[in-house]
Amino acid sequence: MHIDELFQFHFMTNALIAGTLVAVMASAIGWFMVVRQQTFAGHTLSLVAFPGAAAAALAGAPVFVGYFAACAAGALALSAVSSGDGHARSLGHESAAIGSVQAFALGLGFLFVSLYHGLLNGLDSLLFGTFLGITDDQVLVLLGIAVLALGTLAAIARPLLFASVDADVARASGVPVAALSAGFLLLLGLAVAATSQITGALLVFALLVTPAATARLITSRPGLSLALSVAIGLVVTWVGLAIAYFSIYPVGFYVTSLAFGLYVLARVLR
Amino acid sequence: MNEEAVRLSHAEVRLGGRAIWSDVSLCIRPGEFAAVLGSNGAGKSTLIKAILGLLPLSAGSGTVLGRPLGEANRLIGYLPQRRSFDAAARIRGVDLVRLGLDGARWGIPLPGRASAEARRRVDESIELVGAAGYAERAIGQLSGGEQQRLLIAQALVRHPRLLLLDEPLDSLDLPNQVTVAALVQRICRDQGVAVMLVAHDVNPILPYLDRVVYFAGRTAVEGAPREVITSETLSRLYSAPIEVLETSDGRLVVVGTPEAPAIHGDRHAHGHDHAH
Repeated sequence: MHIDELFQFHFMTNALIAGTLVAVMASAIGWFMVVRQQTFAGHTLSLVAFPGAAAAALAGAPVFVGYFAACAAGALALSAVSSGDGHARSLGHESAAIGSVQAFALGLGFLFVSLYHGLLNGLDSLLFGTFLGITDDQVLVLLGIAVLALGTLAAIARPLLFASVDADVARASGVPVAALSAGFLLLLGLAVAATSQITGALLVFALLVTPAATARLITSRPGLSLALSVAIGLVVTWVGLAIAYFSIYPVGFYVTSLAFGLYVLARVLR
Repeated sequence: MNEEAVRLSHAEVRLGGRAIWSDVSLCIRPGEFAAVLGSNGAGKSTLIKAILGLLPLSAGSGTVLGRPLGEANRLIGYLPQRRSFDAAARIRGVDLVRLGLDGARWGIPLPGRASAEARRRVDESIELVGAAGYAERAIGQLSGGEQQRLLIAQALVRHPRLLLLDEPLDSLDLPNQVTVAALVQRICRDQGVAVMLVAHDVNPILPYLDRVVYFAGRTAVEGAPREVITSETLSRLYSAPIEVLETSDGRLVVVGTPEAPAIHGDRHAHGHDHAH
């Protein structure tokens, strides 16, 4: 068992590139999600990804197309539900509405899975992730999406942070709070769809929430906290992929456990 | 720069088809300290939002710093009603002040001269409110008074010519109310900034005030404090008999308002029985 074995196979190289792209995107966008206290929306998008992928498989389309289409649609639905321009964002109503979307999405997913019997073998990887069979095309698509999503995030980062921690003052300073909120949900949808492909739909949070939560335990400097979140995301993804290569269990499990371990460590040491 | 900081003439704001207030005329000049008073729900915050252009006037007209309402917001420091950060808020006071300076700008701030200058202005503003000792700590771990000072620093950081402070004293204990009020007056006088401060209790700020805008009966009157807070003016405003009493140490007590008394309280710590 040698580490350089990891790079001998093309599929593994693809997995590492895809994992890197996904880790950076998920932990950066996830950091804003945690700051904005929208983890429930993120969770819903991750569950929407599952019926999307199942429907794509049923229709004979590539699974990743299903992930992205479903997450984009889910993000638009969520921003329609939660628009109220943030003025009196009634969290109770909002989470009830989001919860209803979530339950419906999960139901649809299982319907598609049972309609398409061939997928049953793949149910595990839809839910818990896989690093096998990531094609060159998928890597290219992921690269394009990561560049688009991170470029957009960099451009809107400051007003988005302002609107997230201090919406009233941001609005008075001319920040388009409602538009940023909708735009951010779309970015979140992209990040969730991309992450689903590595960690599976159920374990997206390992990269979306845990690195950000850990980083925020360590520092309250926003820039440093964001950078730390990305670093943690990268480390758990790389190590998780490496361990998964030498074992029979899904990669999502390792990424989740490593991320959780770091989180617990940060809490204990704090 | 002799134009008025804020001018409204016969202004009206409607929300949900109902007039919150109408026929409100007022004029606040640069360097003046004005209090906005009145009962809960009388439309004090609505006035602040109208001046910021966040709520449109349904009748009448207004200007702020010589421009139409909403078009001079970069020259206004705004502190909304609120707003305390819960213990989980993981952002430092200094970051919050910095957002007040350039948080509305797109793109990533690059290190360099502009960034050093921004840093200097943030520090200067924090120094001005006396918050340097705790600005590097997470805002959620600070007391209400400390948070309020940092929020005032945030409102000041762009060197505004008008400060709109919506109940900045509300969450503070009496000693803090007095010191924050003194701080606001010092800024008002030293920097020539016009200040409109929404308050529940006029007494902590009474010695500093140049003008008072008093909301009641779906309208408001504006004038010097001792002209507005009188039995005669308030009785006319409320359309009910109101009595204004003055205590021996110069505090004003309003008796007989239809709602809970808008002006009340004791400036001294002993024997005060605030409802909040």
